[in-house]
Amino acid sequence: MAGDTLTTESYIKHHLTNMTYGKLPAGYVRTSADGEQHTLAEDTWTLAHNSEEMADMGFMAVHVDSMFWSITLGLIFSFIFAKVARGMHSGVPTGLQNFIEMIINFIDSTVKDTFHYKNALVAPMALTIFIWIFFMNLMDLIPVDWIPSFMMWATGDPHFYFKVVPTTDPNITLGMAITVFALMIFFTIQNKGFMGFVKELTLHPFHAPKWYVNIFLIPVNLILESVALIAKPISLGLRLFGNLYAGEMIFILIAAMFGAGLFLGALAGVLQMGWAIFHILVIALQAFVFMVLTIVYMAMAHDVDEEH
Amino acid sequence: MNINLTLIGQSITFLLFVWFCKAFVWTAIRSAMDEREAQIADGLEAADRAGRDLELAQEKATQQLRKAKEEAASIIDAANKRATQIVEEAKDTAREEGDRLKVAAQAEIEQEANRAKEQLRGQVASLVLAGAEKVLESSIDEAQHKALVEKLAAGL
Repeated sequence: MAGDTLTTESYIKHHLTNMTYGKLPAGYVRTSADGEQHTLAEDTWTLAHNSEEMADMGFMAVHVDSMFWSITLGLIFSFIFAKVARGMHSGVPTGLQNFIEMIINFIDSTVKDTFHYKNALVAPMALTIFIWIFFMNLMDLIPVDWIPSFMMWATGDPHFYFKVVPTTDPNITLGMAITVFALMIFFTIQNKGFMGFVKELTLHPFHAPKWYVNIFLIPVNLILESVALIAKPISLGLRLFGNLYAGEMIFILIAAMFGAGLFLGALAGVLQMGWAIFHILVIALQAFVFMVLTIVYMAMAHDVDEEH
Repeated sequence: MNINLTLIGQSITFLLFVWFCKAFVWTAIRSAMDEREAQIADGLEAADRAGRDLELAQEKATQQLRKAKEEAASIIDAANKRATQIVEEAKDTAREEGDRLKVAAQAEIEQEANRAKEQLRGQVASLVLAGAEKVLESSIDEAQHKALVEKLAAGL
C-alpha cells in the first residue's frame, strides 16, 4: 500500500481507477508525484499517472488492465473449451468433457427455448457470453487487495493502478452490449430488409388504416421506437456494469474496514464472507441475464411476422 | 470511468472470441453430442425391437409346441386305431384258419373212415368164408361160394 499517506478515500479511489494508456496532447502540463511540472512537446502515448490525466486523455485511451483480464479470461475460456472440443468423442464422456457437455446442453436448451430460427451464430455467441462474463465476474471473488497489491509490489510504484474485474469497467460491458446491438440490427436488416427495419421503427406502436393519419403518427412512433431501440444496448451494458460495480464497491468498503480495529476487522471478515457467498449467485445470474437478453434480442431480429 | 478506446477493443475481442467459439468449439462439441444422442436413440430402439422379437418368438414357440402336441395326439390316435384294426384282422384270419383246418380234418376223418370201411369190406368175405368153413367143417366149393359171399359183402 501507499504507506502512511493512505486514507480510506484514496484507498477506495485507487481501487476504482483503471490502468490507462492513452494519448496526451502536445502542450499538456504534467505534474509528477514529487510536484515537478513539465510540458509535453508533442502528442505522447503514455500511462496516465492520475485521474486528471485519464480524463484529459479523452477517448484516445485504453484501459490496459480491463483489456488484459478480458482477453486473458477469454483465452482461458477458449483454451479449455477448444481442448475439450478437440478430444470430443461420442462414447461415454468422462471428467471435464462431462462438465463441458453439461454447460453446452444448458446453453443449447436455453437458446432453443427462446430462439426458434435458423442461425448458427446465436448458440456459440450465447456460450461465449455466458462463460466469458462469468469468468470476468468471477474475478470479483478474488480478495480486492491481492492482485493490485501484488502489482504495486512487483512494479515498485505505489500509485500503480490495476483493476481486476473487467466487468466493473463500463467500456467492457458497453463494448459487448454495442456489439450485440450491432449484430441485432444486422440480422434485422438481413431478415426483414432495410425497409422492414424502417417500418418497424415508424409504424409501431401506433398504426392507422388510413395513410394520411399515419403521416402524423410516424414521427411519434419514430421517437418512441428509437428510444426503445437505443435503450436496449444501454440497459444491457449498464445492468451488468452496475451490478458488478456495486458488488466490487461493497467489497472495497468491507476491505477498508479491516484497518479499523479488531472488532470492526472481525465484523468485516464475516461481512466479506457473507457478501462473497451472495456474490456467487450474483455473478452467475448477471452472466445468465446478459446471455438470455442477447438471445431475446437475436430472436426479435429474426421475428419476421411480428404482429402490428 | 471514462468511455474510451477500450469500448472498441472489447467489441473486437468479443467478436473474435465468438467467431473462435463458433468455429472451433460449438460445432465440434454439439455434433459429437448429437451423434451420441442418435446412438442412444438407436440403442433404445434396437432394445425395443429385440423385446418385440422375443415376444414374437415366444408366441411362435408356443404355437409350434401346441401344434406338435396336436400332431402327437393324432399320431397316437391313429396308431391305436391301427392296432385295434390289426388285432381284429388277426382274429379274423385266425378264425378263418381254424375253420379251414376244421374242414380239412373232417375231410380226412371221412376219408379214413371210408378207407377203413373198404378194408373191412375186403376182409369180410374171407372172414365170413373162414367162419362158415369152421362152422360147417366141410369143404365148400370155393369158386361157387366165393361169388355168393362177395355178393353178401357188397351188401354190407
